[in-house]
Parts: sequence; C-alpha cells; structure tokens
Amino acid sequence: MSGAAGAETAAEKPVIELCKVRLGFEDRVVLDGIDLAVYPGETVCILGGSGAGKSTVLRLILGLIQPDEGEIIVAGRDMSAASFEEVLEMRREMGMVFQGAALFDSLTVLDNVGFYLFEHTRLPESEIQKRVENALEVVDLEPNDVMHLLPSELSGGMRKRVGVARALIHEPRLLLYDEPTSGLDPITTRTIDDLIRKLQRKLGVTSVVVTHDLESAFRIADRVALLYEGEIVFEGDPEEMRHSDHPYVREFIA
Amino acid sequence: MGILDGASSLLGYPAARLKLLAWHTQEYVRLAGRAAVGMVSRPFYPRDLVVQLDSVGVGSLGIVFLTGLFTGMVLALQSAVEMEQFGATIYIGRLVGASTVRELGPVLTALMVSGRAGSGIAAELGAMKVTEQIDALQTMGVDPVRKLVVPRLLACLIALPVLTVITDLVAIGGGMLIAVVKLDLTADLYLRSVYQTLAQTGFVLRYIPIDFVMGLMKPLFFGAIIALTACHFGIRAGGGTEGVGRAATGSVVVASVLILATDYFLTQILIALLIQ
Repeated sequence: MSGAAGAETAAEKPVIELCKVRLGFEDRVVLDGIDLAVYPGETVCILGGSGAGKSTVLRLILGLIQPDEGEIIVAGRDMSAASFEEVLEMRREMGMVFQGAALFDSLTVLDNVGFYLFEHTRLPESEIQKRVENALEVVDLEPNDVMHLLPSELSGGMRKRVGVARALIHEPRLLLYDEPTSGLDPITTRTIDDLIRKLQRKLGVTSVVVTHDLESAFRIADRVALLYEGEIVFEGDPEEMRHSDHPYVREFIA
Repeated sequence: MGILDGASSLLGYPAARLKLLAWHTQEYVRLAGRAAVGMVSRPFYPRDLVVQLDSVGVGSLGIVFLTGLFTGMVLALQSAVEMEQFGATIYIGRLVGASTVRELGPVLTALMVSGRAGSGIAAELGAMKVTEQIDALQTMGVDPVRKLVVPRLLACLIALPVLTVITDLVAIGGGMLIAVVKLDLTADLYLRSVYQTLAQTGFVLRYIPIDFVMGLMKPLFFGAIIALTACHFGIRAGGGTEGVGRAATGSVVVASVLILATDYFLTQILIALLIQ
C-alpha cells in the first residue's frame, strides 16, 4: 500500500519541496544541504536523534525561520523568498500540532480550537461552535465534556487531541506534527497514531510527522526520512528502512 | 603566549557582550517600529486591549496608591525637620508639590508599574514563547506583535499618565496629612503653597501649569519603555522555565535604568522647550 502510494504520486507535483537547504546557528551546522519532497496525500515521517534538526525542518516549512541557503517550496511558492504577509497567508494552508500542544493557556478549548475561525472569518459564533464540535469529534473527544475547560484542566493525551483539532479546524491541505507522541504512555501513543492515520485517510491531508519514536513512525508513515548530522542519510518506505544496511540506520533501528 | 591568550579571552568577553547588546538594541528598535505600525493599521484587538488595561491599569491602582501616600508623607516629614529650623514649615506644600509633580510622581509610578505589570508581561510572554504558543499564533496566520505587543503597549500608554496623576494627587494628600496632623498647618495653607509652586514655572495655554504638562509627558515615554522592554524580553525568552524568570528580571532591570536615564534627558529637553 505504502509503496504503491509512493509510486503513483511520483508523477504529481510535491506539496513541499526542500532543495539543498542549509542552516546553521552560530558556528554549528544544523542542516547541511538537505533535499526532501512530500507528495499530496502521503504521510512522511522525519526521524532522527535528539538535536538532529528534525523540528527545525518543520519550522522552516512554516517559515518561522529562514534557511541560510536553499529553497523551501510549499504549494508552489517559495517560503524562503516570501514577504512577511505572504508567509502569514501561506500558513493558512497548513496546520501545525506542537510538541507540547501549545494551547493558549488563557483560552478555553472552544476558543483554542476555534481560534483560527474567530481570527480570520466573520462566521457567527454558533457556526464556529458547531465546527469546533465537529473537529473535537474527529479527534474522538466528547465536545460537551471538554469544550469549556481550560488547557490546564486536560490530560496530556487530551491536550494533544485538542491541538490536532485546532490544527485542522480550517481544513488545511497540510498537517505538520512535532513529536506528537512524546511524553505519552504506549496506549495513548497508539491512539494518537491511529488518529493521524485516520485523518490522512478520511480528510486526505498531507502530513509531515517529526518523531524519534520508531514504532510509531512505522505505523503511520508512507515514507520515512532519517536525519543524521544535518543530512538525510536514508529516505524510503518503512519496509526498506528495516532492511537497509546503512550503518547509522542499523544503529538507529537496533 | 599565555598572556596573549588571557588578553584575547578578556577582550573576547566584552566583545561578545557588546555584540549581544547591539543585537538587543536592533531587535528592540525593530519591535518598536513594528508596534508603531500595528497601532495605526488593522487588524486591531480591542478585547485584548481591555484585558490589558484592566491588568496594567486597574491592577496597579493599589500599589500606586500606597507609593503615592508614603512618598508624600515622607517628603513632608523629612522637609519639616529642616524647615522647622527656619520657621519655614508653611512652604512644605511647595516642596511636596514640586518634587512630586515634576519628578517623583512620574518616575516612581513608572518604576512600580514596571516592577508589577512589566515583569508580569515579560513572564507571560516568556512562558508563551517557551511553550511555543507564540509560534502557534504565527502558524495560525496571526502576527504576535499586533496580537500581543500592541494591546500591551497601548494599555501602558493609556494607563501610565492616569496612574501618575493618581500618584501625584495621593502624594500631595499624604503630605497634607502630615502637614495638618504633625505640623499644625491648615489644609488651606498647605494646598495654597502647592498651587503656588505649580504656578511659579508658568502656564501652557494660560491655565495648565507647565509642571503638570511635563509630569504628563514623561509617563507616555515611560509607558512605552515598560511595555516594549517587557515584550522584547518576553518574546526573546529561551531556555525553558529558567528563561521565563530571566526575562522577567531582565525586563525590570533594563526598564528601570531606561526610565531613569530617559527621565534625565527628557527633563532637559522639556525645560529647554517649555521654560524660557
């Protein structure tokens, strides 16, 4: 299934394309000329150890930071050459799930999930509430139970789900996940993985998942890319990764 | 060789500090510019402004009241000791009025608000930064400067002059309390002497004492300093919870120094402009 998805999408234009992206902080090279393409509808996992620059890739795609060299093309437009206003506009095509969920502390779940709609649309409040309820149902939360709670009153797993609901409220084409399962117990991890899979299938969104959790990557990914010392040392489907004889890949899997 | 090594690391340290200072200054000025643009162009966030006005303005009332009261009282008490020697206690109102309205009112209010509201703003934005909430805002197509900085800046610009007037009035009242209770002056005599000192430096537009105008120009600058410094430190916070604490401390220290320095230069400029 995953191999076929990769083959049939090869002819399509990628949603995200990183070309020879280089980035360094002070005298440390974080990304040393990486190339990566993500095609419509697929889930790509970016794997790597701590500090390998995985989250940096997401921040580059979002235009939160600029590369030193190279191009980052999202939906046909170059993020690295876009103006501030253009970047803001392009981000509307994307939803981001942050590692710690990054819910706004002072807002209820309803206001958090509906944030995008409250900010950018003139929809009546009742309509926004209806959409928030739908989004919460998609992530398997009971709207009436959680809608009026503050983030501090939610468990870790629930916060992640609310984070996902907030990211998909405006029906973006692209969902980005930063360590969606870190800090969760194995059972909750599995349900979050299932959720990511379900969203891909049901909504057809393209996803980029940054994780260091190998098992979870194998469960959800159509393709995986392994970052090591600023370079992508392996790119392919999970099955290929299992049988790769690249020394770092073997070490990482072991 | 060893000496040279030592020298280069000694030189290297201030050089790195200077570079950091230059970077902070550049980012601070850029933030001020973007906030200025944000104040006059859409989108606006009136709800956030109301929340901030409540927190910065209403929330600081108590502390400003106490500051004013005790400052006025102690001014009257201290000057009484000196003035009694010359039998000049009737001029206590002049001393309290002049020093409060010109200097202590604006400066002490600004320092107190910086300590209370400024540190709060820095800590809040710092916590938002380290938990990626500011990134989340940007991800959702919202400019954090407009959403977070502008309402706080406007709140400080509006609240500071009002709080300063309150401090001034309470301090003059505090001085009066001491004058009446401890020095046996009448309230009328005391207030007359307060008015005399304010009238002495002249009037703007015939009726508004110059001292009062100067006293109200300053809080506008101080308000901007408090808000921008706190926001700058908050937004640049890094390094987890420790970074949040550093942001709060740094913002109060830098804002306080900037307030005192600005006060001096502003006084010079205002004296040159208003008093011929």
